[in-house]
Amino acid sequence: MRVPVSWLKEYTDLPEGTTAQDLAARLIALGLEVETVDAVGADISGPIAVGRVLEIEELTGFKKPIRYCRVDVGRANGTGEPQHIVCGARNFGEGDLVVTALPGAELPGGFAISARKTYGKVSEGMICSASELELWEDHTGIIVLPAGSAEPGDDAYGLLGLREDVLDIAVTPDRGYALSVRGVAREAATAYGTAFRDPAEVEPAGTRGGGYPASVADPAVCSRYVLHGVTGFDPEAPTPLWMKRRLALTGVRSVSLAVDVTNYVMMELGQPLHAWDRAALQGPIEVRLARSGEKLETLDHVTRALDPDDILITDESGPINLAGVMGGLSTEIGLSSTDVLVEAAQFAETHIARASRRHQLSSESSRRFERGVDSAVQPAAATRAVRLLAELGGGTVDPHYTDIAGGAAAGPRPIAIAGDHPDRVAGVDYGRERVIAALEQVGCTVEQGDAQTLRVTPPTWRPDLTDPNDLAEEVVRIEGYDTIPSIPPRAPAGRGLTPSQRLRRSIGRRLAATGFAEVLSYPFMGERDLDGLQIEGDDPRRDALRLANPLSEDEPLLRTTLLPGLLKTLVRNVGRGFSDVALYEIGLVYRPRPGAPDHAPMLPVDRGPSPQEQETLARALPDQPRRVGAVLAGDREPATWQRRGSPANWADAIETAREAARSANAELIVRSAQHAPWHPGRCAALYVRVDGEERLAGHAGELHPRTVAAYGLPQRTAAVEIDLDVVEAAGEPVRAPLVSGYPVALQDVALVVEDGVSAAEVEDALRAGAGELLEDVRLFDVYTGEQLGAGRRSLAYALRFRAPDRTLAAEEIAAARDSAVAAAAERTGAVLRG
Amino acid sequence: MSAPNNSFDPVEVTPLHPDEVARMRDEALTAIAGAATLEELKEVRLAHAGDRSPLALANREIGALPPSARADAGKRVGGARREVGEALKQRQAELEEERDARVLVEEAVDVTLPTGRLPQGGRHPVTTVAERMTDIFVGMGFEVAEGPEVEAEWYNFDALNFLPDHPARTMQDTFFVESPAGGASGLVLRTHTSPVQVRALLQRDLPVYVVAPGKTFRTDELDATHTPVFHQLEGLVVDEGITMAHLRGAIDAFVENMFGSGLNTRFRPSYFPFTEPSAEVDMECFVCRGASVGNPAQPCRTCSSEGWIEIGGCGVVNPRVLTAAGVDTDRYSGWAFGLGVERTLMFARGVEDMRDMVEGDVRFTSAFGMEF
Repeated sequence: MRVPVSWLKEYTDLPEGTTAQDLAARLIALGLEVETVDAVGADISGPIAVGRVLEIEELTGFKKPIRYCRVDVGRANGTGEPQHIVCGARNFGEGDLVVTALPGAELPGGFAISARKTYGKVSEGMICSASELELWEDHTGIIVLPAGSAEPGDDAYGLLGLREDVLDIAVTPDRGYALSVRGVAREAATAYGTAFRDPAEVEPAGTRGGGYPASVADPAVCSRYVLHGVTGFDPEAPTPLWMKRRLALTGVRSVSLAVDVTNYVMMELGQPLHAWDRAALQGPIEVRLARSGEKLETLDHVTRALDPDDILITDESGPINLAGVMGGLSTEIGLSSTDVLVEAAQFAETHIARASRRHQLSSESSRRFERGVDSAVQPAAATRAVRLLAELGGGTVDPHYTDIAGGAAAGPRPIAIAGDHPDRVAGVDYGRERVIAALEQVGCTVEQGDAQTLRVTPPTWRPDLTDPNDLAEEVVRIEGYDTIPSIPPRAPAGRGLTPSQRLRRSIGRRLAATGFAEVLSYPFMGERDLDGLQIEGDDPRRDALRLANPLSEDEPLLRTTLLPGLLKTLVRNVGRGFSDVALYEIGLVYRPRPGAPDHAPMLPVDRGPSPQEQETLARALPDQPRRVGAVLAGDREPATWQRRGSPANWADAIETAREAARSANAELIVRSAQHAPWHPGRCAALYVRVDGEERLAGHAGELHPRTVAAYGLPQRTAAVEIDLDVVEAAGEPVRAPLVSGYPVALQDVALVVEDGVSAAEVEDALRAGAGELLEDVRLFDVYTGEQLGAGRRSLAYALRFRAPDRTLAAEEIAAARDSAVAAAAERTGAVLRG
Repeated sequence: MSAPNNSFDPVEVTPLHPDEVARMRDEALTAIAGAATLEELKEVRLAHAGDRSPLALANREIGALPPSARADAGKRVGGARREVGEALKQRQAELEEERDARVLVEEAVDVTLPTGRLPQGGRHPVTTVAERMTDIFVGMGFEVAEGPEVEAEWYNFDALNFLPDHPARTMQDTFFVESPAGGASGLVLRTHTSPVQVRALLQRDLPVYVVAPGKTFRTDELDATHTPVFHQLEGLVVDEGITMAHLRGAIDAFVENMFGSGLNTRFRPSYFPFTEPSAEVDMECFVCRGASVGNPAQPCRTCSSEGWIEIGGCGVVNPRVLTAAGVDTDRYSGWAFGLGVERTLMFARGVEDMRDMVEGDVRFTSAFGMEF
């Protein structure tokens, strides 16, 4: 809501010298979110004055007709002599009053006025249009002031309101009353303790009853309906400049006098109005809900199919208005409308809100109805409108008006609160007297109940006040939020972070310490990502949730894997000149639950949900496992003066998974696998053991060349993705190891195995065969070559033996080694290399 | 070796003559002093202290002397040999020291050569600042609650007193999840961390003191000051006898721990459906502390010369929320707050463009290291 300060001052006398900034600060302290104070016209300066056109000389021979005018500007030019001004507009004549910017003036946009030669004449200034002065949008020509409204030489600043301070207020949904100058002025009066003159306090023009015939079919959707008319109105009467200016300052475009008046009263009182050409109405008006199949062409030339939930204004021709949202085209006020009927109503908030969303029509009117309008202001608003129409458009106000009040439902309901409730909410000792005073200040009627309670009836313009805490807020804000003391909370002893929360931090630190940079990518993806990842049609990762309103049509899906975001971030970094990149992300993926209901149930809010209800709601949500993903490209260890670079490969990806698993103290079991988007020969499935059973934790390896191509990745990019919840479940608390001080015995064995036998199998066999004396196994060499023959490789292991209680004898060591080799031979066909 | 010859006068045995012993000793000492290297000294040792050195040979002659003369001669030769031995030892030490000094100089390296092996990694500052914010409250005894990112509308809106057709429901631009069959699913990407309030109240025993950091979503296009995916830290306290004063105390403690002591905070009345009364929280600008206000000569980029920085929203938990979460509102009341993680990071570390936090450029993340 944009509120010109000069307009606000009509309803309260702010203290002398009050600046717009001070006013804004006080309103903010009261809870109105003043976003900016616009000093409109602050960039206009210098002599701008009223002039009378004395003589017009038409200049010819140019591309367009040009006028050379002699203009009386009084003594505004310092001499009193007429000013000679060249002008391209044609909407004025000799004797008209115009607005002139004289040499030395500066107009918006740094446009300096000086005497200069143009079209063969010296022009000593400019005759101004409304657009040039940024008064309002008008491209029809210069401003012509009404005859007799000013004298040549009069200063134009005050006359036109060239400079205005305007408060721009972001009105929160609870404060509908602040969508009016009236509402903001009332708060200003509270802020300064000045008297408030209510513009809604007007005597009705005429008598109630006997106006235009109307009925309300359902008082539940329309609790107040007022119609008042004007006859003999001049449809060509112009909107006065002051009204145009005020509307422009509030952000409303001037249309015609009749429409401008309804908008002006809406800005003034917050009550949306509608004006019809009465001649276009057919028979009595009925307010009712729409029937299925009905249609209405609205003012924006869109024919709308109506919903049975829409409130309609109808006459014998059918629907004429989508109530509270937009008028119909057939009854629009036009240039020939001499009889005008004004409607001021209160419609049910929720119906207007739904209609506005359904028809995607958010109007100044619907915004106010949605938030709730003053339930008693309708007669005053209609009166203000018809009086202005009659006054400015030369019509006659009908002696009778229609006023249908639909029962008590619409009015404010009393609220019982404990007298010290605000004190207990705020932690401040206000006392009963100050509580009552604050509530009365905002317009409530307060009755003393018993010793403890108050019976508070909110004012008609505050439909948001329904609960005791609403009243508490009013008291606290009137007393000032700055009076709330600061007392540290005293929580009971907490248990700190959970193991899972600690694990995430630990993994992050580990990966960052090993050279990975964390990314937090958007969890959105598209079909193209799934295609690029070579994910087949029946893969569960294809089963992604879809957003109804994605930011990008290319990425409407919620990620089922962390890889798309990581890979795109990798490409971005490579594109910025970083060829050696290692990235990780820890985040959720979203996997729809098989058999989930199509729609999550809506639970009641007037009580807590039962465990069963919570369970049904939980079933509607997707699984959201937490994953760790990482990608690597370029050199894992870049070349330095000491050593050659070591390119990132599949092994680094698996090692990254191991790093993460180490944080959880879980051991990964690595098996070769074929799984998109990984290279089928360089992909590991990673398992962990949970309660004795193997569970798949994720995959790691080199990416498939087609994925590399699809994303434009560096060759041989490697990636890993594991499920953190699974890894965490596999973690076991560390048991203190037995540290033996006896000597170690080292034994190396080289084993020849057929291709297809995995190193992990060989190592498992060695461990099993070596028995308890084995302390560690380390693979230190892999050899293939002609000596071995094709299809074979040699794996060289260093075995470390040690006993907890003695120095091992040579025979024991040999026996353990032989047993290890025998187990490897038996399980994997390994042959000891001679 | 000569046989004992009792008739000889000791002084007549030339090698044992005092002058001769002194001469051998002086010769040895001169040679030792003249040895320039350890190798030369080795040769000198052999020549003057070895088995066949003149002094060693002289020593053998002592046995040939009559017993009365042996002691005197032994003392003389022994003394000379000790002196030579001492000199050798000392010269050996000197030469070793010289050699060591030379070798260590030769082994010197340029220690300013780069030493890194792995590229520099880092945790995302949004992660670490959220942890820091969380830890401030954990230090006060709060626990960390969590909830899903794809959330039921009931938790995200209804239970938080966003009525189905109230304008507040459209105040937050929401990502809606489609049902697999098309149409509405009743699921959204959570627009705030506040649904965790309801979950915490349903899952935990009272009193509840929790914070909930997490990802939140709104349909804003990415620009310098907006991102559709951002992070909040929710705080919730529900206990007996809770007032706005305790809320203010918690906020003040946060500001002091995060930005430094002595900074004022300010509550401004505002509106959130799930708190009543509601407030926006500002803190005094920790950079200019208000000195930039109305002072064009000293503009402040952190607070845009406003003197105050908005850090979040808060309020007294609306009793309707407590009711929807099954809490007895006659006995319990509470407060809640929501702080912006990205905002906190922007202010605390001078991040000027939201896109830097989103794009995942390694230069940005690595600069922040491991901890906030």
